[in-house]
Amino acid sequence: MVEWFFGYLAGAVILLAILVVASRNPVHSVLWMLLMFLHVAGLYLLLNAEFLAATQVIVYAGAILVLFLFVVMLLNLREEIKIRRFTGGWLFKGLTALGIIYVLRRGLEGFRVGFEGPWSIEAVGRATHTRALGQVLFTEYILPFEIASLLLLVAIVGAVFLSKKRLR
Amino acid sequence: MNEINVSMLAPLLPEVIMASAGILVLLVELVARRKETAGLLSIAAVAVAAYYVPHSFGKSFGGMFVSDGYSAFFKFIFFINLILTVLLSMRYLVIEKSNHGEYYSLVVFSTLGMMLMASAGDLIVLYLGLELMALSSYVLAGFIRHDARSSEAAVKYFLLGAFSSALLLYGITLVYGLTGTTDVSLIGAAVVEKGLSTPLFLSVVFLMAAFGFKTALAPFHMWAPDVYEGAPTSVTAFMSVGPKAAAFAAFGRVFLTGFGSLSTDWTGILVVLSILTMAVGNILAIQQDNIKRMLAYSSVAHAGYAVLGIIVGGAEGLAAMMNYLFIYGFMNLGAFAVVIMLRSEGVRGEALEDYKGLAKTHPFAAAVMLVFMFSLTGIPPTAGFIGKFYLFKAVVGAGYAWLAVVTVIFSAISAYFYLRVVMYMYMLEPEGEAVTLSLSPSLGLALLITTLVVILIGVYPSPLLSFARLAAG
Repeated sequence: MVEWFFGYLAGAVILLAILVVASRNPVHSVLWMLLMFLHVAGLYLLLNAEFLAATQVIVYAGAILVLFLFVVMLLNLREEIKIRRFTGGWLFKGLTALGIIYVLRRGLEGFRVGFEGPWSIEAVGRATHTRALGQVLFTEYILPFEIASLLLLVAIVGAVFLSKKRLR
Repeated sequence: MNEINVSMLAPLLPEVIMASAGILVLLVELVARRKETAGLLSIAAVAVAAYYVPHSFGKSFGGMFVSDGYSAFFKFIFFINLILTVLLSMRYLVIEKSNHGEYYSLVVFSTLGMMLMASAGDLIVLYLGLELMALSSYVLAGFIRHDARSSEAAVKYFLLGAFSSALLLYGITLVYGLTGTTDVSLIGAAVVEKGLSTPLFLSVVFLMAAFGFKTALAPFHMWAPDVYEGAPTSVTAFMSVGPKAAAFAAFGRVFLTGFGSLSTDWTGILVVLSILTMAVGNILAIQQDNIKRMLAYSSVAHAGYAVLGIIVGGAEGLAAMMNYLFIYGFMNLGAFAVVIMLRSEGVRGEALEDYKGLAKTHPFAAAVMLVFMFSLTGIPPTAGFIGKFYLFKAVVGAGYAWLAVVTVIFSAISAYFYLRVVMYMYMLEPEGEAVTLSLSPSLGLALLITTLVVILIGVYPSPLLSFARLAAG
């Protein structure tokens, strides 16, 4: 049963990703992307990662896509639709993509399923995902967490500087 | 590992000082009437942080952060880079009519990102440090907002930088999937245990491409000339030394600690990249008529030399690379200082033509530029020779004599475009209106420091060499 769900979600994510890139109308692209994000959230749910699924919906599907839509509204859609989506060279690009897919497929065999360590699947299940994530994030991964906060500060300073400071 | 206490911050003291300084500079900028105050404050912060670097050795946060000799040496390169860049920028930003205090804060945050990269014992910290460094430099590249070239440079840098970040993350996820850890030394142990596999090799290639982007190795150098030309010159100087050195620091640590046991498999690719980089950088630099673009290709070529240190590997190779990057920092920042000096109100001073007859109109500026061009070529009494000499010595010592010969040949080609600047300055008559120099006390100080160090290391290199040797070992 789970395999069927996974198959549907994974297939849908790939199909929707192709539609995002291939759509002529940017508004359609953004809406396909919204659907894709919701399917990715479904994948997280399958992994018992309910917190990530919720974040995915709130942050990506909610906040980031609204921003995308704002930007798309600023474009001249009539002109944009006439622009060709793709450049040529399909043979080379296709071969590169197939090559990468082949190597990744081979790579799957080398992946380790589940890790030894304090956070086994059962341990995460017992503590519940959100609590486990919170505990790890604010103890073991506190340093990356703090660096990320500085990163956001720089992003804010940069965005405010580049957009708001009056030109002289 | 679940106990968090303040003492864990002890090895991070220089980083904590820099982070506080970045925020403090932002606040001071609001009230300071003269924006130079913010610059001076950032230099003071660096002095304090540098004082604490030797007292901060140790690991922290479960090995995520490693402060050792290797990272300390690179941190000194970043500090020097910051101090000299601030000195170069004070007057230049006024001339460019973009004198805002955020500049200094972004320079501090970017340097903090580099320090985290050099000290990263975990790929997550490495990635976040790299983003902190890169995000600040994207904004810095677009700092002159009324100049379309600057904005274009920022957008190009951002798009290609984001692409290289994606490559890096993809490589990291593959490594995590294969080894079950992001800790560099644990990855090393897991790689020894499991040996080479196709996906592991793929992730090595992804990481190599990502570091190749940041260090501007060919064929990942495409962004460098456009970004270096369009960005404000002071920022170009900053970007060509600091982020490059930081990427080399991370490159060396990840590849020699994490994938050291696979070195026979990846050195081959790196040799090809190195030769390609030297060829592209040196040959394309010949046809440039804009000095910033020429220095951009020259910086690509120097990345090709420096990467030889990673190919050689071991303490010997790393010491040669660190030594080279240290020297490169001084001579490159010095050359950019002269370029900035030629920039005055209304005159861009970036074309090679502007250097015609400089020795007649401004003998002092021409003499200083002569020193840096000699040093970049690698001519004996200057530091550039010492850097190249020890690099070649390490390369030959590792049994790559033919590679050293190739490098010397490309180095000889580089003499053509470096010495052409000298020829323009000393052997041609000035044309049209003479360029005016915009010399300020801070720029003069920067020129004085860089010239003295380039000559001093050239004459008396042993302290630097033993320092690099100690740090790498």
